[in-house]
Amino acid sequence: MEILGLWNYWMVIVLMMVGLYILIARDNLVKKMMGLNIFQVSVIMFWVSIAKVRGGTAPIIPEGAEDVVYSNPLPHVLMLTAIVVGVATTGLGLALIVRIYEAYSSIEEDTLREMDRASE
Amino acid sequence: MTEHLPALQTVLPLMAAPICVLLRQATLVRIFSVAVAWTCLAIALTLLEMVSTDGPISYALGGWVAPLGIEYRVDLLNAYVLVLVSAIASVVMAFPLEGSELRIPRERHFLFYALLLLCISGLLGITITGDLFNIFVFLEISSLAAYALIGLGTDRRALTAGFSYLVMGTVGGTFILIGTGLVYQMTGTLNIVDLADRLPAVSGTRTVWMSFAFLVVGTSIKLAAFPLHQWLPNAYTYAPSIVTAFLSATATKVAYYVLIRVVFTIFGAAFVFERVGLSNLLLPLSLIAMAVGSLAAIYQTDIKRLLAYSSIAQIGYMTLGLSLANVDGLTGGLVHLFNHGLIKGGLFLVVACALLRVGSPTIEALSGLGRRMPLTMAAFVVGGLSLIGVPGTVGFVSKWFLVLGALDKGLYFVAFIILASSLLAVVYIWRVVEVMYFQSPSHAPVREEAPLSMLIPTWVLIGSTIYFGLDTDLTAGVANRAAQYLLGGGL
Repeated sequence: MEILGLWNYWMVIVLMMVGLYILIARDNLVKKMMGLNIFQVSVIMFWVSIAKVRGGTAPIIPEGAEDVVYSNPLPHVLMLTAIVVGVATTGLGLALIVRIYEAYSSIEEDTLREMDRASE
Repeated sequence: MTEHLPALQTVLPLMAAPICVLLRQATLVRIFSVAVAWTCLAIALTLLEMVSTDGPISYALGGWVAPLGIEYRVDLLNAYVLVLVSAIASVVMAFPLEGSELRIPRERHFLFYALLLLCISGLLGITITGDLFNIFVFLEISSLAAYALIGLGTDRRALTAGFSYLVMGTVGGTFILIGTGLVYQMTGTLNIVDLADRLPAVSGTRTVWMSFAFLVVGTSIKLAAFPLHQWLPNAYTYAPSIVTAFLSATATKVAYYVLIRVVFTIFGAAFVFERVGLSNLLLPLSLIAMAVGSLAAIYQTDIKRLLAYSSIAQIGYMTLGLSLANVDGLTGGLVHLFNHGLIKGGLFLVVACALLRVGSPTIEALSGLGRRMPLTMAAFVVGGLSLIGVPGTVGFVSKWFLVLGALDKGLYFVAFIILASSLLAVVYIWRVVEVMYFQSPSHAPVREEAPLSMLIPTWVLIGSTIYFGLDTDLTAGVANRAAQYLLGGGL
């Protein structure tokens, strides 16, 4: 039961492996970029899931209320930063891919490698 | 005023980058960026001075006191790295873009300076911060700027090199994020000092071991430690020489600093070396890096690629110092951080000067250049001697400490490899020197020295490799105190 109880980690691991697999196995640079994105998202999911407190509410304490159990807000805030970093990385990666396409007329990694070898 | 220096150290270049974009005018932007870089150096030197007399400085960013707020914590170790990064930044900033192989139109120069300032800000931020998550954020700031800078190279392969660095670097950065998440889960804090207090109580758990593994592998990717160095040769070869000079002298050094922080400050030497046994893995890998890096350098036909492989070997020296885990070894690693920064920065600036006169960075193209550009090539020879470790140069100082550290542990074999790898350095440096001085050039030798504006920054770095080889107070003295402090001997 303990293994099933940790389903959030399983979800994270599956997503992470999917991302890494795409990153390694695909030749298309845009697909690689998407794999990298899935990989990053899995880590964001991990951070968000560890902030959850069982039975906790959103970390807003109504006036006069006492003994409110709430989830840890800090990881959420940190992940906002990580999401921004992820978006910036994706943007830069795609911009580089555009320039690669202009220079090589291809974004398939094996074709790029062949063209480099041919020009040497 | 001086109390806000830690914040100014990173905020200044960070704010200067958008100001560059507003100024736009090439000459104005250049003067402004150089002024910012030199101010950063002045701040770093002041901080080093303050820290070495009064002990560590803790700065609560925005008035939020640690461990809740983000703390900037300056001690002897990071003040020393701050000085290196800002010194290299001030020299590289002063190096002119005009006429270099970077063919950016003048009206676009401001973008280059903005990127470089962002990269500097990120690197200084990683070094100064006392918060693990903050390290990740600054790491990404500096890396994003670095990917874009590498993509500026004129060869189209710069783009693919930049892209593969982006992929590797992001994976490394994300690993650091996972490691940070796992320690946060176990301790509920991100402050480095606080982590060091709370980790021993939970250091037996598998979560902490995993977080250590992720943090070490993540930083090793950024450091380009063997066998995670695949991104480095292409990135250094195809990036513009000025960018390579800056990145090779700072980016990997800052990653080495983070590794030292993770190993010695956060997890502690007792956990890392006695329970995990990091040396069993890192020591052989460092030795392989030293041998393979130097051997690969011998067979290169491109001078930038030759220097890039030599960097991999030199990073091996640094990680070797770490894995010896004694005061002499660690001092050697830390001194080499500084010294190798000066040497490689200087050598890549020499390449930038040479590329003014020769079209391609192949070694054959350099033939007879010793007579065409005597001062520039003399700088290469001096830098090469430092890389080999001839007495009187900085390379000797770091290798001396590393050999002492190895002998102290009774590892005679390691001391032998250090010396053997230096001999390999003789071979690859000699190959270049021979072509430059003893092969007759394809056409009549006319003296065409690089302009003074390029020669001065180059010789400042190369000259300092001699200066710090003779006067070791700033480098070896500070590194030794920092090593003692890291290994628990107090300041």
